[in-house]
Amino acid sequence: MNFRSRHIGNPMTGATTSNTPPRIRCTRIHKSYAAPVLVDVDFDCRPGEVHALIGANGAGKSTLAKIICGLVRPEAGTMTLDGMPYAPAGKPDAEAAGIHIVHQELNLIGTLTVAENLFLARLPRRLGMVDRRRLRRDAREALARVDLAGLDPDTPVARLGVGVRQQLEIAAALAQHCRLLILDEPTAALMDPQIERLFGHIRRLRAGGVSILYVSHRMDEIRRIADRVSVLRDGRLVATRSAAELTTGEAVHLMAGRDVESVAATARTPGPVRLRVRGLSRDKMVRNVSFDVYAGEILGIAGLVGSGRTELLRAIFGADRAEAGTVAVGDVPPRRFRSPRQAVAAGLAMVPEDRKEQGLLMPCSVRINATLAHLRAFRRWGGQLDGHAEAVAAEEAGAAMDLRSAGVEQPVAELSGGNQQKVLIGRWLMRDAEVYLFDEPTRGVDVGAKATVYRLLGDLARRGKACVVVSSEMEELMALCDRIAVLSQGRLVRTFARGEWSHQRLLAAAFENVTRTPAASGEEDV
Amino acid sequence: MSDDVHSAVRSRGWLADYVGMIVVLAALVALFSMMSDRFLTPRTFITIANQIPDLVAIAVGMTLVLVIAGIDLSVGSVLALGASVLGVAMTRWGWPLLPAAMLCLVAGLACGALNGVISVGAGIPSFIVTLGMLEIARGGAYLVTDSQTQYIGAAVEGIGAPLPGLQVSPAFLIAIALVVAGQFILSRTVFGRYLVAIGTNETAVRLSGIDPRGPKIAVFALAGLLAGVAGVFQTSRLSSADPNGGIGMELAAIAAVVIGGTSLMGGRGSVVNSFFGVLIIAVLQTGLAHVGATEPTKRVITGAVIIAAVLADALRNRWSARALIRRLSVG
Repeated sequence: MNFRSRHIGNPMTGATTSNTPPRIRCTRIHKSYAAPVLVDVDFDCRPGEVHALIGANGAGKSTLAKIICGLVRPEAGTMTLDGMPYAPAGKPDAEAAGIHIVHQELNLIGTLTVAENLFLARLPRRLGMVDRRRLRRDAREALARVDLAGLDPDTPVARLGVGVRQQLEIAAALAQHCRLLILDEPTAALMDPQIERLFGHIRRLRAGGVSILYVSHRMDEIRRIADRVSVLRDGRLVATRSAAELTTGEAVHLMAGRDVESVAATARTPGPVRLRVRGLSRDKMVRNVSFDVYAGEILGIAGLVGSGRTELLRAIFGADRAEAGTVAVGDVPPRRFRSPRQAVAAGLAMVPEDRKEQGLLMPCSVRINATLAHLRAFRRWGGQLDGHAEAVAAEEAGAAMDLRSAGVEQPVAELSGGNQQKVLIGRWLMRDAEVYLFDEPTRGVDVGAKATVYRLLGDLARRGKACVVVSSEMEELMALCDRIAVLSQGRLVRTFARGEWSHQRLLAAAFENVTRTPAASGEEDV
Repeated sequence: MSDDVHSAVRSRGWLADYVGMIVVLAALVALFSMMSDRFLTPRTFITIANQIPDLVAIAVGMTLVLVIAGIDLSVGSVLALGASVLGVAMTRWGWPLLPAAMLCLVAGLACGALNGVISVGAGIPSFIVTLGMLEIARGGAYLVTDSQTQYIGAAVEGIGAPLPGLQVSPAFLIAIALVVAGQFILSRTVFGRYLVAIGTNETAVRLSGIDPRGPKIAVFALAGLLAGVAGVFQTSRLSSADPNGGIGMELAAIAAVVIGGTSLMGGRGSVVNSFFGVLIIAVLQTGLAHVGATEPTKRVITGAVIIAAVLADALRNRWSARALIRRLSVG
């Protein structure tokens, strides 16, 4: 009962915390994958506190959440739970200790019923059979706790909407002993009324002494629901503030840090319009997007995770069918591509985000991968393939891309990530398209290969091609692009020309629509 | 230019692809030669050669289907349907062999194309669609023939009977030609490259601006056509069209193809090795008969060989995967 007596409305006074140990305390947490993801992070969350965690893409928010809920083990650092040492070996450990996470991508099984999902790991049994009656009774209790008393426990989850599913996940967490609930981007898929209900639950949980770690991008929500806010930047926890005191402008500034001076792209003279996108819409992920890309220009697309960047490229390329809008390549009449085949025929090329799943034929050779989009050039009589010409062309493309391989017959599965990416880009260089779409072209790529990719993009632009680059790394876009368009919630909110942008301004634009307060775009100096 | 590294790599790989199967085949022949002194005679091999053309034709088509990660369970029934229309055309309608054989091929092609259009067009797994076609074509064969075997006689025997000087039948020679053509298509043509690519990663193919549906439908149509060819071969060998013909043939063909190292997961396969797979099964059956094994024993042993072959293949792949990991961690 000690935390109930605490004054929740003003947590920054901190007076009550001197004798109560924090619910969770992380001390000097360190984690790295290829690069450091979390560096010396000190973090704590009090009993009955809603603590928000914010930061730009890749700042380490999710990793910290995963460490606390036992999904990831830190390389260094310690944690305590209510003053006791806490070192979960896995998610079950964390759950036994009362720490639960509700993921952004929900973990419910659509074909099972509500009740079955709630108690999946510990279905009540009688004589080896599932005790349906008890299952239903327990489920009703759990549902009542999250305001879902009206929901039939026998409904298959597939029939429920996203909001209800999320409440269900929370119910599943609460059906067990819960001391700390981690919500990872809980409102990403919710509409306003659903958000209100979620906040209602959060307040009730807080009043009951449950601690909540709230990972989100949305500043206005954070101000409404959180007691304190911690900001992560490049794996470091740079500030912990009272949520009521933190302005959006300040938050953006903390997330961005100082501006990185952009590596000047060599001057290019844009030509006529090569790609004209008008009113493109798809499935709420892409909303009425219009822009032009000129010959010899590199246009960057920035935005938060889930802002519709990949979806925009896929809709342009016909990989997903857009519901409205047109795309025009060069001078031909605008149309909407219904398949990548049509887009490629019109002169588009796309290097997809996930090269293993969507780009490469992993067990096949460099040669086979490099020539896939352009096999017609190697066709001889009777549809026969000229393997030798293929090998020569693949060799040339490899040399132009600085490819490090044991020859063109080496399977691409054996290459490093950077060299795989070079093969994939080489596929489209061989084909010679007019407009190139790159989705995260340097993700998972080493520094050397990154430089090669940048050089290639520059070469393409100089040869008069139009390039569109999606990237989560603002520095990369600022170094590479002539203009940067910023997406927020599927809309193109602003386009910056070189010289107009700064890290803060881009980030502020990315948060537009997301926060409903005026963006801080004009306030900072370049 | 022939001395450059890449063609050298490729030609070495080309030979290495078949060595394993030839060794297994030779070992089986040696084994049965030791166990029975009547086994190692020209007669044994001529008998085998004249028995297998229908299975070879079907295995060629099945290889291509498995390469695109599909499966065709209907080929045995389609063979029977083709044979049935051929038989009825010759016996009841008095057609000559050539147009009747053409009709048989058209029936096979139509069944295969239907398999392809439905499974690819509607996105239904080919396992289900061809399972349905297995029933439909078998029923069709009974309907066409009123469930009676159509005895045709000498008019149809030319294709399956041994040629005087060669001892082997024209059917066998055609089957060999089909194997060569199938291997050529798979490894040396744009179409074949698309099949391998589709079986490896269909999404990547689509995002490379290639519509995978055309090649996929074509493969099922081709498998149907080859089942029709097999129908002609079988009718000729038996001198009659049997609506019960080809029962279980789809499984025999899958067994042969899988023994030949073609992956059920798609993307990897060899028509020539499928042919060796057919030979291994045929030598095994004949050899076991020579050493006096009963029909049930033959089935047990054949089944064990199928599993052993796939097991050996899986182990080989795992080893090469481990070697790959070692190489990566060193390099």
